[in-house]
Amino acid sequence: MVENNRWGNLFAHLVLILGVTIVVFPVYVAIIASTHPPGTFIRGVMPLLPGPNAIENYRIVITEGRSRAGTPPIGGMLWNSFVMAMAITIGKLSISLLSAFAIVYFRFPFRIFFFWIIFLTLMLPVEVRIVPTFQVVADLGMLNSFAGLSIPLIASATATFLFRQFFMTVPEELMEAARVDGAGPMKFFKDILMPLSITNIAALFVIMFIYGWNQYLWPLLITTDPEYYTIVMGIQRMVTGGDSEPLWHLVMATVVLAALPPILVILFMQRLFVKGLTETEK
Amino acid sequence: MASITMDNLGKVYTGNVRAVSDVNIDIADGEMIVLVGPSGCGKSTLLRMVAGLETITEGTLKIGDRVVNQLEPADRDIAMVFQNYALYPHMTVFNNLAYGLKNRGFKKDEIDRRVREAAAMLEIGQFLDRKPRQLSGGQRQRVAMGRALVREPAAFLFDEPLSNLDAKLRVQMRVEIRQLQKRLGTTSLYVTHDQLEALTMADRLVVLNGGRIEQIGTPMEVYLRPATTFVAGFIGSPAMNMLPAAYLRGLVAADALAHMPVAADLVGLRPEDLSLAPAGEGEIALTGQLMLLEPAGAESHLHLTFEGIRDTIVARLPDVPDVQEGSHLTFSIKRDKLHPFDQARGKRVA
Amino acid sequence: MQTKRMTFSNSWLPYALLAPQVIVTLIFFIWPASQALYQSFLRQDIFGLRTTFVWFDNFSRLFADPLYLNSLKVTFWFSVGTTVLSMSVALLFAVMVNRMIRSRDSYTTFLVWPYAVAPAIAGVLWWFIFNPSIGIMPYMLKGFGYDWNHRSSSTDAMILVIIAAAWKQISYNFLFFLAGLQSIPQSLIEAAAIDGASRFKRFWTIVFPLLSPITFFLMVVNVVYAMFDTFGVIHATTEGGPAQATNILVYKVYRDGFVNLNLGSSAAQSVILMAIVIVLTVIQFRYIERRVNY
Repeated sequence: MVENNRWGNLFAHLVLILGVTIVVFPVYVAIIASTHPPGTFIRGVMPLLPGPNAIENYRIVITEGRSRAGTPPIGGMLWNSFVMAMAITIGKLSISLLSAFAIVYFRFPFRIFFFWIIFLTLMLPVEVRIVPTFQVVADLGMLNSFAGLSIPLIASATATFLFRQFFMTVPEELMEAARVDGAGPMKFFKDILMPLSITNIAALFVIMFIYGWNQYLWPLLITTDPEYYTIVMGIQRMVTGGDSEPLWHLVMATVVLAALPPILVILFMQRLFVKGLTETEK
Repeated sequence: MASITMDNLGKVYTGNVRAVSDVNIDIADGEMIVLVGPSGCGKSTLLRMVAGLETITEGTLKIGDRVVNQLEPADRDIAMVFQNYALYPHMTVFNNLAYGLKNRGFKKDEIDRRVREAAAMLEIGQFLDRKPRQLSGGQRQRVAMGRALVREPAAFLFDEPLSNLDAKLRVQMRVEIRQLQKRLGTTSLYVTHDQLEALTMADRLVVLNGGRIEQIGTPMEVYLRPATTFVAGFIGSPAMNMLPAAYLRGLVAADALAHMPVAADLVGLRPEDLSLAPAGEGEIALTGQLMLLEPAGAESHLHLTFEGIRDTIVARLPDVPDVQEGSHLTFSIKRDKLHPFDQARGKRVA
Repeated sequence: MQTKRMTFSNSWLPYALLAPQVIVTLIFFIWPASQALYQSFLRQDIFGLRTTFVWFDNFSRLFADPLYLNSLKVTFWFSVGTTVLSMSVALLFAVMVNRMIRSRDSYTTFLVWPYAVAPAIAGVLWWFIFNPSIGIMPYMLKGFGYDWNHRSSSTDAMILVIIAAAWKQISYNFLFFLAGLQSIPQSLIEAAAIDGASRFKRFWTIVFPLLSPITFFLMVVNVVYAMFDTFGVIHATTEGGPAQATNILVYKVYRDGFVNLNLGSSAAQSVILMAIVIVLTVIQFRYIERRVNY
């Protein structure tokens, strides 16, 4: 065993504590800022210790919003983000599971062709074909709707590849045994393959949920009706809505609320998240 | 219960890769047939063709009176025990056993009765609520057996079911499977690469090589009269020694080998037929130098070199003799224990 | 491409299973992409009344346009900066955390969650910290005699967006480096130690070379991230300014398409971006194939 020496360890701890501080600092600052009254931000440097206005600030953003700047109360935006994230996640998972199943467990004409069509989506992130995609969604009358927010984002080569890879590692004999036991394809999918994939599904769920929740450009284009604003894009409206300095205490309260759900998901499902992340890309 | 008839079965994969050719086997009702051969000999492919997991490209397969070539595995009335058991990892033992019955629409109490009966027979009754990963290798093996039993099929198919067990357990399960099969009287097809397993379990064994049948026969027939040099080398451990007939002819009086056909240019000698006793009536004597003595408790293996012979000759003695490595020893063997082969054709002559 | 050695035989089911994915892909991916390709050969007059086919004129105009060339340059420095900063910091953290036994999971917990923060929010957070009038960083920098202002200084603005973009990506790189470090057999390190290599030498001669596949993979992923996933960082903070200093390619596509309504040029830019992604994806996949054979 190559032992670690004590000074080395101490040094490593120091580096890490400093690192963690830097990594955590922005969010710490946001939380602190969200507890201060508006006046704090007019003069001098931003505070590093909590202020007295936490409850008041959060009450305002959650229930009132900033109607003047065109941002609705946050409650509604949080809900929209949640619906969008869930729709994208569930949509991605279901269509990827089905298509991976088809690609691995069947042989049929044009199989490779379909595989390449799915593969192409990996190469075409929404940002690079933003104008024509917007036009398609507009032509289909899907602006300002949850369908428009979610459906165009649910095709996922990554998830399909992950499931394909996982299905390839499922022992051949399980499917053979199931066939000897009289199970057809969909019965095998439902009774054997889905239960076996549950950890992978959960791991991808975490990744996809974060992906869906953090969508920014897409909702920015698809929604003009505040009814459908999501929280992440709503923040931008708050920051740039108006000529003066942003109302930092309210912006930061919103930032905290917007960042909280995905952070909680990661913290509570850390193991699944790490698995999902490192195995998707491998 | 049913007989199985393989009539000229063959398998050619796409790309003209041939895996199995001209297999004719009639398995009688209740018979245990063991397919044995080295890896890649086509034995698993043949079994999977019977199961319906590989399509049959040539010939006909009948289970009972039905031609089943085109039937789905589930419709062939067979049950299979897989090498890695293929237990459904997320289901309890009970559900593993019950799954096939559920899919076939059995009533709940009938399923329950059959599963408990099979579990009792295999002594896995107390594990019914566990998941496969909580079981030991031997217990998993029993569950895999149980899954086959509950179906009460016309035939059992075993695909190297013991190869994942340790040596001791393998012997134990070998006995149990054979006893169970005899008791139930279910027609069985059993695949293994282990010649000892084949000899001990089979009613008849089928030796396969390169996708073709080398020999079919009872264990003793195959052991005592191997039909080909391949079978001679594959069945029996240590393997049969092979000596050129010319070498033997040079050692002994011409009439001593008169009973051997002229075509025989290769002679096989089982290691256990060699003895240190002086050659008597009807025996011939061979002298070699002892290179290595391997004592194995109840028996010993002597590795010898014969002058002018490249291969090491092995003798298996029922005790451990008091001899020095390096010394020259003279062995005797009964003349009728010599196995004459035609080397070019690889076939036994007479 | 592989399937199982035995497959289900059903003539229509596989198509039905693929249908949802393929339909979504065709409508929202393939069709818009081909539209972009088509539009990149067209130009509309300023009133949007007439459309003419101009062959590669949109492309040649782009490469003659100093603004676009500037955007390419900006994107290059932004990608390099983000990749180098976040990967080196992440590698440092991963090496340190890998030494730990008991505290490994706690440190990991603290280091992974920025992954969950949206790029736009990451941008806003750092924008706040670096806010010239009330931010803590400019205040501290003033103590060193540096007058920070990302509203007027191009360099400051670039540094700001790089920090924001890199900060969010540290988690990702950290997790991969840590996984890579943990997959290096301890016996190799021990063998090197017996061969007399110092700790420092062991890292550079054994550990780092063994990490190189992961390092390469992360480089591609980080460049892709910096080029395509950082729209939010730019849009929520500098909006490409000051004076085009942070106008990266994806932001410019959006501006030219939706704000300046220059569809032909935006489409041509889309096509160039797609070409870049395709090249990067192919590189990435060659790498994955190599790993599989490893």
